[in-house]
Amino acid sequence: MAFTLYALIQTAILFTNAIAVLHEERFLSKIGWGAEQSIGGFGDEPGIKAQLLNLIRSVRTVMRVPLIAVNSVCIVLLLLFG
Amino acid sequence: MEFRQQPEVRMRGPLMDPRDPGLLFEDTSAGGNRHKPSGVGKGPDVCPGQALLSDPMSNLALVYGSSLASHGKEMMDKNLDRFIPISKLKYYFAVDTVYVSKKLGLLVFPYMHDNWEVNYQQDTPVAPRFDINAPDLYIPVMGFITYILVAGLALGTQNRFSPEILGIQASSALVWLIIEVLAVLLSLYLVAVNTDLTTIDLVAFSGYKYVGMFLGVLAGLLFGRTGYYLSLLWCCVSIFVFTIRTMRLKILSEAAAEGRLVRGAKNQLRMYLTMAIAAAQPVFMYWLTFHLVR
Repeated sequence: MAFTLYALIQTAILFTNAIAVLHEERFLSKIGWGAEQSIGGFGDEPGIKAQLLNLIRSVRTVMRVPLIAVNSVCIVLLLLFG
Repeated sequence: MEFRQQPEVRMRGPLMDPRDPGLLFEDTSAGGNRHKPSGVGKGPDVCPGQALLSDPMSNLALVYGSSLASHGKEMMDKNLDRFIPISKLKYYFAVDTVYVSKKLGLLVFPYMHDNWEVNYQQDTPVAPRFDINAPDLYIPVMGFITYILVAGLALGTQNRFSPEILGIQASSALVWLIIEVLAVLLSLYLVAVNTDLTTIDLVAFSGYKYVGMFLGVLAGLLFGRTGYYLSLLWCCVSIFVFTIRTMRLKILSEAAAEGRLVRGAKNQLRMYLTMAIAAAQPVFMYWLTFHLVR
């Protein structure tokens, strides 16, 4: 399977966009993955689910603004070059 | 020599010395031949304390230019060091021939080695030259390049070669390496292990399978499909054992690494993670080479 570096960049952008569009109160709370449900005890064992929720929340917070820029660049490039 | 003086001439254009129209550029030679316009100029790295220049303005411009150049250079070095830690990379390439040969032997025959621990020296790992268990980047890089070359050779013997194929193979293998390293990083984060494995360590450990890959393809070229399958099987098993024995010490906690079975969900999860990482290696080895051997 011939993967190019460009395909990797595309995959990364698509994945990050997918994580960024998970809405907090409309979706994640409904399925029990909301932000307030991951604050468990302060033991040394966070557990996989808490780590995953933390990861989703931090990706959404951190990548929101860069994603706007990257998506705009992608839109312009795709409009110009097909 | 002349064009090196030119930027300074342009810089001090409006400040051109009216007393000296014949001297188009200053003479920065160390000797006393300041009246000869074609002296041997040393350019911007002349000592700023030298007061042999005839024009104080050009002296100022020279000092300013040299300080600007050195400032730019050190800023670039600092910024480059932030993105690509060059000093840390140097550690991974501090290898010698004995280490490389022993490590290659260990990659294809890891069954006789008993002590897999990395020696530390005041909290930093010892350089690979002195410790065979330390990860290095030399073997993965060389293995990667050799794999690309052998892939080109294999495709050439089947008349499927074209120069773009080499680039496609290289980028494809690189992309799979990046995906694998990201997957391992993600799973290490999710399982919340406290390990001192850096990203470069993971790249090194994932790069060790290129050795097995190109050995398999080489055997496939020489001995046909049976040779390819046999050598690939051998290399897959050895990489599996090698990875398990190396990763076990890094990921699992101390008690489990010594061989005592510690019950508990945490260690079990970590053991599964180690086995998953190790099992991914033969899968990648087969995936990236089977289309090369017909």
